[in-house]
Amino acid sequence: MSNPIFSLFASSPFLPMQEHMKKVLECVQTLENFILAVFAEDWEEARQHQETINNLEEIADDLKREIRLKLPDGLFMPVSRTDLIDLIGLQDRIANKSKDIANIMLGRQMIVPKPMHSAFCEFLESSMKVCSKANQVIQELDELLETGFRGFEVKKVEALIFELDDLEDITDSHERDVRQQLFSLEGDIDAVQVMFLYKVIDWIGEVANRAQAVGHRLHLMLAR
Amino acid sequence: MEIIDHSGMILLWLTIAFGFFMAWGVGANDVANAMGTSVGAGALTIKQAVMIAAIFEFAGAYLAGGQVTSTIRRGIIDPVLFTETPELLVYGMVASLLAAGIWLLIASLNGWPVSTTHTIVGAIVGFGAAGISVDAVSWGRVGTIVLSWVTSPLCAGILSFMLFRSVQILILDTDEPFKRAKKFIPYYMFMVGFVMSMVTFLKGLSHVGLDLSILESSLYSVLIGLVVVMIGVTLQRKIIVDENADKDFHYASVEKVFAVLMIFTACGMAFAHGSNDVANAIGPLAAVNSVIMSGGQIASEAAIPVWILFLGGAGIATGLIMYGHKVIATIGKGITHLTPSRGFAAELAAGTTVVLASATGMPISTTHTLVGAVLGVGFARGIAAINLKVIRTIFISWVITLPAGAFLAILFFYVLKGVFG
Repeated sequence: MSNPIFSLFASSPFLPMQEHMKKVLECVQTLENFILAVFAEDWEEARQHQETINNLEEIADDLKREIRLKLPDGLFMPVSRTDLIDLIGLQDRIANKSKDIANIMLGRQMIVPKPMHSAFCEFLESSMKVCSKANQVIQELDELLETGFRGFEVKKVEALIFELDDLEDITDSHERDVRQQLFSLEGDIDAVQVMFLYKVIDWIGEVANRAQAVGHRLHLMLAR
Repeated sequence: MEIIDHSGMILLWLTIAFGFFMAWGVGANDVANAMGTSVGAGALTIKQAVMIAAIFEFAGAYLAGGQVTSTIRRGIIDPVLFTETPELLVYGMVASLLAAGIWLLIASLNGWPVSTTHTIVGAIVGFGAAGISVDAVSWGRVGTIVLSWVTSPLCAGILSFMLFRSVQILILDTDEPFKRAKKFIPYYMFMVGFVMSMVTFLKGLSHVGLDLSILESSLYSVLIGLVVVMIGVTLQRKIIVDENADKDFHYASVEKVFAVLMIFTACGMAFAHGSNDVANAIGPLAAVNSVIMSGGQIASEAAIPVWILFLGGAGIATGLIMYGHKVIATIGKGITHLTPSRGFAAELAAGTTVVLASATGMPISTTHTLVGAVLGVGFARGIAAINLKVIRTIFISWVITLPAGAFLAILFFYVLKGVFG
């Protein structure tokens, strides 16, 4: 098409970024069923969930690559290109960590001591809540674009980011509880197992941290 | 002189045919600029767009196309210089039309972005400077025209920036955008009706038998503005908040209100486009006609006959009815990122700039003006991603089109001179 008007509009990265974040969230949320299967030591089912997680992570990866390709030089956007590339990378890191958790737990057929189950679940759930809040923040990207990254909508997103921080704090306190419990039980468990349980706890906390980082990155982008 | 006497009518009919074909081409290709944005934004269906474009392009050409037409006809080269050899003016103008038509054909077959306006201006300057003498060209006037090619996108950009900022401040960046959209959008509707009619009235409508004073002009313009508001408010009333659509995208309902506004800005844009671009087709025809009808006399004062404006308008309308829908559809599909709240700002800014240029007789490129307007919205952080490489292609189109038009015009000029003697 020879018309300059036609080639003037490059494809928008904002909706694909929202799609990416949805996939990331889906990936994290699959962890719940995965962990339940691990609790039940049903390794066949756990393997199925782990596959789902890996697939979702891969889809997110492809989306990320596609978005980056859509952001060539010479684009004029309401936010800087580096901000967007950074943000999509941070989003993707959440899915990566979820995949790591699933892979190590299945690979080592990790057994979580029964007394820990409920606290462990609560901890995971609170971490997932942080992710879903981060998703909610990212889903505001098209609204931010509509308002030109200004005004009332920015305030709304900032409020969501504060909620995100609160949720992350809650996750931290859950993490302390789970560690406490593991500490009290660790004498009865094989040392290597304990080591890896601490690692998994660490990583679930890390998922929440990374989700929070997404919110912070967006906040930084709005501050410019 | 004898040539005018015995081949005059053939030459005139030839020019009429070429002129009509040129207008047809403008309608088929360029109308998409005016309508593509509205279709892309979902404000109009293709059928509606074609209908609106046909009516308003014709109206623009017929009512407000005179000034630019006279620039093309006698502003770039002075017809008085041809008093001794009027046939040279006829050959030159026919050659320019042919050159522009063929160059545009080559360009569109190859997918090059070129402007009709630049081609015809290049062609006329070319045959004037090379075929007659360098002094035959009013270089001062050509300078102003070229300057207007820079200022028009700039002006449209500044206007659209201000328009879109006002929309952000008044409507989008508030806590109840839907309510505010309904409240403030009628003012923008008024602006569309008022500006378009005011410029048209002030520039003069004596050729259709309307002679209005400034006071009368303002009064009628206000009235037209109010009529637009009335129609707009009636259409707007039907739009209610769509909770379902808003869940996914909170501004879906707000955009629907803007879509109503965009119907009017599309009309304005079509009107403006018709008023400026018609001259590319009928300016040369007007020049040839005045020479031949006066039997070889150069009457530089004669007004442009109404039938020529009519022919131009009809040519554009035919082109867009026959072929325009395809181009509009292609453009519309490609620019879905331009939502009505942005599309209206770009269209209103570009339309206002173009109609002002038409009133002052400046042949400008509607496409480039619209590009400028879109960039203005972009500067207000309104558009997801703009491809800045387009600006480069615009400059390239200038650099290539002007010499190409000139070269072809010179070629055809000598061919015609050889054939008719």
